[in-house]
Amino acid sequence: MLELKGIRAGYGAVTVLQGVDFTAKSGEVTCIMGRNGAGKTTLLKTIMGLVAPRAGEITLEGAVISGLPAHQVPGRGLAWVPQGRRLFGPLTVAENLEIGGLLGGHKPQVKERVLELFPRLRERLNQQASTLSGGEQQMLAIARGLCLEPKVLLLDEPTEGLQPSMIALIRDSVLQLKATGVAVVLVEQRVEAVLQMADQVAFMAQGAIRAMVVAQQLSPNAPEFAEFVGV
Amino acid sequence: MAFGPFLLLALMEGLVTAAVLSLAAVGLSLVFGVMRVVNVAHGEFFMLGAVIAWFVSTMVPGPAWLAFAAALIVAPVLVAALAAMVDGLVLKRLSYNPEATILATIGVMYMIQQAALSYYGPDARPVLAPFSWRLQLPWFGYSGYKLFVVLAAGLVLLAVWLGLTRSKAGLVMRATQVDREVAQAFGINVGLVYRGVFALGAGLAALGAVLYVPISQAHYLMGHDPLLLSFIVVIIGGLGSLRGTLVAALVIGLSDGVISMFFSPTLAKILATLLVGLVLVFRPQGLFGAKE
Ligand SMILES: Nc1ncnc2c1ncn2[C@@H]1O[C@H](COP(=O)(O)OP(=O)(O)O)[C@@H](O)[C@H]1O
Ligand SMILES: [Mg+2]
Repeated sequence: MLELKGIRAGYGAVTVLQGVDFTAKSGEVTCIMGRNGAGKTTLLKTIMGLVAPRAGEITLEGAVISGLPAHQVPGRGLAWVPQGRRLFGPLTVAENLEIGGLLGGHKPQVKERVLELFPRLRERLNQQASTLSGGEQQMLAIARGLCLEPKVLLLDEPTEGLQPSMIALIRDSVLQLKATGVAVVLVEQRVEAVLQMADQVAFMAQGAIRAMVVAQQLSPNAPEFAEFVGV
Repeated sequence: MAFGPFLLLALMEGLVTAAVLSLAAVGLSLVFGVMRVVNVAHGEFFMLGAVIAWFVSTMVPGPAWLAFAAALIVAPVLVAALAAMVDGLVLKRLSYNPEATILATIGVMYMIQQAALSYYGPDARPVLAPFSWRLQLPWFGYSGYKLFVVLAAGLVLLAVWLGLTRSKAGLVMRATQVDREVAQAFGINVGLVYRGVFALGAGLAALGAVLYVPISQAHYLMGHDPLLLSFIVVIIGGLGSLRGTLVAALVIGLSDGVISMFFSPTLAKILATLLVGLVLVFRPQGLFGAKE
């Protein structure tokens, strides 16, 4: 279980996160919703140690991970699929996966499982990542993260700019991962997609989690969506 | 001498320049590519390589080739160690800010230069070539050592190329170059990569200097030309593009050899600088660089 208590963090003189309390359980999908600028991306970066928290504590299965140098965080079992994919564009698909597997020691069975989840990547292993289509790039971004064999997978708007068939594919892979016991944290703006995937939904505004709701209690026209997402 | 043999001689001289230059320029290009640091002190790492080679040659007894072989190892290693220190004491503390590191490396340049003046002195001193074999062509004799320089530089560049494209360390370096934040998120210790790249870049310059010093002399101001030419090569080839750097070093080196022999070395420099101007105006990403 990933747990955040009273996390404050920001850039330079600006404090973006104003005391975030948040938990994500293994085998569950926890969605984060909120308007642009609410601090969702900053929250994920802070969990990864890429933005240093100024107050509060982050624990993974009871062990404190806040304050670790950023490059030591993934080794604790966290993988990040950044907003906008941020692949290593000039590198090949295989090389991107290899970077994902640096910490795991490149176990062949891990790569095999990942490629079973995204068979389209297998045909493109020697292709430059930047030459993939948008959907394939997103698959690779997720696959790269999965090569780390994470306990917690942080996904930042993975369906952004994708066509419906791709969104369905990403959704199915998220549900498969959840079934394997991974704690999935998913930043997502589409109500329909959230309702299909989420166990918990955290609504974020102005740098804090304003409401945490069990997904089953939400309907497409729940007031939270109107208040925090504006739909 | 007839035109044909004269051209051949000029091309051979140019090839030697290109060989030494490409070692220095690849070092500069790697540092800029991966760290986004414009290292103005790069020429001083070159100079130190030559000066250390002189010191080693005076300390190692026995045949010239033994001293040379020792210098070939000692100079790059010492210079790389110094560069690693500069990284820790200066660049890292400036968070690798592109503008701040330019100014800071200007400072480092003067410090190294003045240290060399104090401890090595203002004289130009020769270092013996490891062997004196000459290649006798029908029209002229040519230094076998110069051919060795071309061969050795070629082998080192090949090793760098293979290391970058085939090894795990090379993969880590390339990933860091593309996106340092994401690289960290996959467990890459970016600080360590930067230190290694800066040391490697300086070591390559020093290696180029050890190869160069037997056909020139060691002098505390000898870093200026390699710095200028390395910048010219790196800008024409495209900042951070290794292939571009190599091609540009070949073009600049060969044209320098030919123009210097047929006209004058000054004209060669003028034309090279003019070419940089044209590239910056019409193709700022360099001939081989990717558009941002
Ligand atoms: N690197 C940065 N430097 C300074 N401010 C930033 C940086 N990244 C994001 N911000 C600011 O932090 C706030 C939250 O941004 P972000 O976490 O990206 O929000 P979201 O992902 O919810 O759209 C915004 O006001 C944004 O301008
Ligand atoms: Mg965002």
